[in-house]
Amino acid sequence: MRIVKHPILGPLELKKNINIIVDDKIIKAYEGEPIASALIAAGITTFHKTKKRGDPRGYFCGIGLCTDCMMIVDGIRNVRTCITPVRGGMRIETQKDG
Amino acid sequence: MAIVGSGPAGLAAALEATNAGAKVLLIDENANVGGQLLKQTHKFFGSSKRYAGIRGIDIGNKMLQELDKNHVEISLTSIVFQIFGKELLILKNEKIQRVKTKKIIYSCGASEKVINFPGWTLPGVMGAGGAQTLVNVHRVSPGNRILMIGSGNVGLVVSYQLIQAGADVVAVIEALPKIGGYGVHASKICRAGVPILTSHKIKEAYGNGKVEAATIVALDKKWQPILNTERTLKVDVICLAVGLKPKIELPLMSGCKTVHSPTLGGRVPIHDENMETTEKGIYVAGDIAGVEEVDTAIEEGRLAGIASAEKLGYISEDKAKDLKIEVRKILGDLRSGPFGEHRERAKKQLIQIGKSSRQRLL
Repeated sequence: MRIVKHPILGPLELKKNINIIVDDKIIKAYEGEPIASALIAAGITTFHKTKKRGDPRGYFCGIGLCTDCMMIVDGIRNVRTCITPVRGGMRIETQKDG
Repeated sequence: MAIVGSGPAGLAAALEATNAGAKVLLIDENANVGGQLLKQTHKFFGSSKRYAGIRGIDIGNKMLQELDKNHVEISLTSIVFQIFGKELLILKNEKIQRVKTKKIIYSCGASEKVINFPGWTLPGVMGAGGAQTLVNVHRVSPGNRILMIGSGNVGLVVSYQLIQAGADVVAVIEALPKIGGYGVHASKICRAGVPILTSHKIKEAYGNGKVEAATIVALDKKWQPILNTERTLKVDVICLAVGLKPKIELPLMSGCKTVHSPTLGGRVPIHDENMETTEKGIYVAGDIAGVEEVDTAIEEGRLAGIASAEKLGYISEDKAKDLKIEVRKILGDLRSGPFGEHRERAKKQLIQIGKSSRQRLL
C-alpha cells in the first residue's frame, strides 16, 4: 500500500511511473525505488522459496544483509531486491529453489 | 584518511578532518550518504548545542550542506571488502579499486538483532528498521495490522511512524517488566491507543504463506510463560525491535581486538579516549563502537576526526587537546541521567581497556 498522505513527509511526490514484470504479471513501480518496495506496494509478500521445504520468504532486514528478499532479476539469481532499484521492463521472478 | 560509513559518525568525522585540512575519502555501500538519519522523521533531543528539536532527516541534510563547503571525496555504492594494513580494497560498479590511506575511521554502524519463534520465517515478520525504511524512505506501508516486539526506542518510535503511515499498531510487547525506551515516545503511542504489554513474549506466528495472526503470552518473574494468559492477535506484520549490534566485520578484518559488552550491544572494538582501536591508526566511531544514539555518534565521529587529523599533523597538539576536551564534555553530558549512566560506565570501562592495551608488556 502506497502512503499517499503523511503528516511529516507531506504528499507523495510525483515520480516517474514505470512497469516491471513479476512472474509474468505487469506491476507498476516508481523509477528508482527498490524492487522490494514496489512488490510490497503491490501486495506481493513471497519473494523466494527455500530449497528443501519450499517455505516462503520475504522482506526482512531491508538493508541488504539477510538475503531473505532475493529473487531472480533479468535472469540473474540471488539478487537482493531490498537494495536493487527498479528499471522499466525489468523481469523479476520468484526464486523457487533456494 | 578513509572513513567507512557516512552516517552521523562518519559525516561528523569527515567535517572535523576536512575543517583541519586533511584529505578525506568518505565511503558508503549505499547510494546515499546519511546512514540511519535518512529514515528518522522524528525530532531529536540531546545536546541543545547541537541538533535538539530537529528531525533526523534534516540533521542529515544540514551536515551534508556543511560538508559540501569542504572538499571531501565521496564514494557511494562502494563496498570495502578487504583490508591490508591501511590499504582498502573496494568493490564499486563491479570494479575493484585499491585505496592507500594513512588513517582509517570505521563508522559502519550497527545491524538489527533477531529473536526466533515458531513462524518467524513467514513473510510479514521483519526487522523494525526494515519497516521504518519502507515507510519513511519508500513510502510503502508493510501492512495494516502490526505487532511490535520490543519497547526500546526503536520499537516505540517505529510504532508511531507506522501509525503516521496509516497502519494500526495492535500492540507493543516487551519481555522485560518495564518499558525500555523514553517516556516521551511511550506516551505518544499510548495516547494513540496502542497498548504496551510488558512481561509478554510472542509464542508463535501463524498464517497461510504469510503472517495472519500471532499468539502472545504473559511471562512470570522467571521469564516463564504463565498458563492461560495466551492471546491471539490478528496481525499481518510482526516487527522485531529487539536490539542492535555493532557491525564489526571490518574492524575484525583489520585485527582490532574486541570485547563483549551487553550494554553496548555485543562485541565492540576496544578503543581508547581518542576512539583509536588496538590497531594503531585505525579508529571507530558511532554505533560500531557501542550502540547508543545519533548525538553520541556525532560526537564520537568528531573525536575520531580530530584525533586522526592531529596524528596526521593537521591540528596542533594544544588545539586538539582543547577540541577533545569540549567533545568529551558533551559526550559526558549526553551519557548522564537514568538512560545514559549504564552506557557511561560501559564506555569508561572500554576506554580503560583501550588505554591499557596501548602499554606494551615487557
